[in-house]
Amino acid sequence: MIYVYILAMALVTYLIRVLPLTLIRKEITNTLVKSFLYYVPYVTLAVMTFPAIIFATSSIWSGMAALIVAMVLAWFDRSLFQVAMISCTVVFILEIFVA
Amino acid sequence: MEKTNLQWFKEGMKNGIPIGLGYFAVAFTLGIVAKKAGVTVFQAGLTSFALHASAGQYIAFTLIAGHATILEMMIMEAIANARYMLMSCAMSQKLDSDVPTWKRLIMGYFITDEIFGVAVTVPEKLNPFYCFGMAAVASPGWVSGTMLGVVLGNVLPLRVVSALSVGLYGMFIAIFIPPARKNKIIAGIVAVSFALSFLFNQLPLFAGISSGIKIIILTVAISLGAAILFPVKDE
Repeated sequence: MIYVYILAMALVTYLIRVLPLTLIRKEITNTLVKSFLYYVPYVTLAVMTFPAIIFATSSIWSGMAALIVAMVLAWFDRSLFQVAMISCTVVFILEIFVA
Repeated sequence: MEKTNLQWFKEGMKNGIPIGLGYFAVAFTLGIVAKKAGVTVFQAGLTSFALHASAGQYIAFTLIAGHATILEMMIMEAIANARYMLMSCAMSQKLDSDVPTWKRLIMGYFITDEIFGVAVTVPEKLNPFYCFGMAAVASPGWVSGTMLGVVLGNVLPLRVVSALSVGLYGMFIAIFIPPARKNKIIAGIVAVSFALSFLFNQLPLFAGISSGIKIIILTVAISLGAAILFPVKDE
């Protein structure tokens, strides 16, 4: 059954990625649709990140520290890789002291 | 002098290396989520190759763990991956109109935040082989990282797993904070998203709603509100 789930999700994801690229030759002009799609990634990612990040770790405080450190690093345009890895390191070090 | 397809492919592979390394680490944390959801190594690797989507797969594994319906999964993937539709639109504008359909079908399969981000910075028209080269390096990093995460996720000490579990969120933050710094409207929208998400999470009124549905409701409501209040003007 899980393979059916994966296939169904893959199909939806592929259609979303491939249809505009193959079908749309002109630019989207509807401002509302364009604006909605423009804001979706930021909202989805923000909603998924908070408050989930503070409940992801063993202690709320290490999660909170990871959130702040990640936001500061991202603010200064550090790469995806750096932000992800340094957040993990912060949690790891903090939890040594907490425990 | 125009670059050949092979030159574009090689250049793509070169730029794919840092993307692939980042993917490996992030996918590792995704593998831990998969493991918790009861997904096997092979299934997790397959999901990674089938979806190539960080947020989309995070949701996928969460929904699998929560025994969601197939319809709920398809709707959630459509919403979580809606941004790829916009990227796909933008990419279509970067292609020569004579780029054949088969190349577009392959390019579309490998649209990710990072490959898109690098691809659209090409000043001239985009050669699909540039994307193919990036995908050739980045995709194996993504798939192998996920599989290793499932394998090692429960071998690693609890403290390491706890630390790695914020990696994915760190990556999300790295995607939405830089544009928020440059654009006050996006900054405000991120703040509103944080606040409403926190409220949804805390209020007993919404306690019975699955986290997947909460993400759908909040995303559609906030994005639509933002689109009405702050329509995006053409560059």
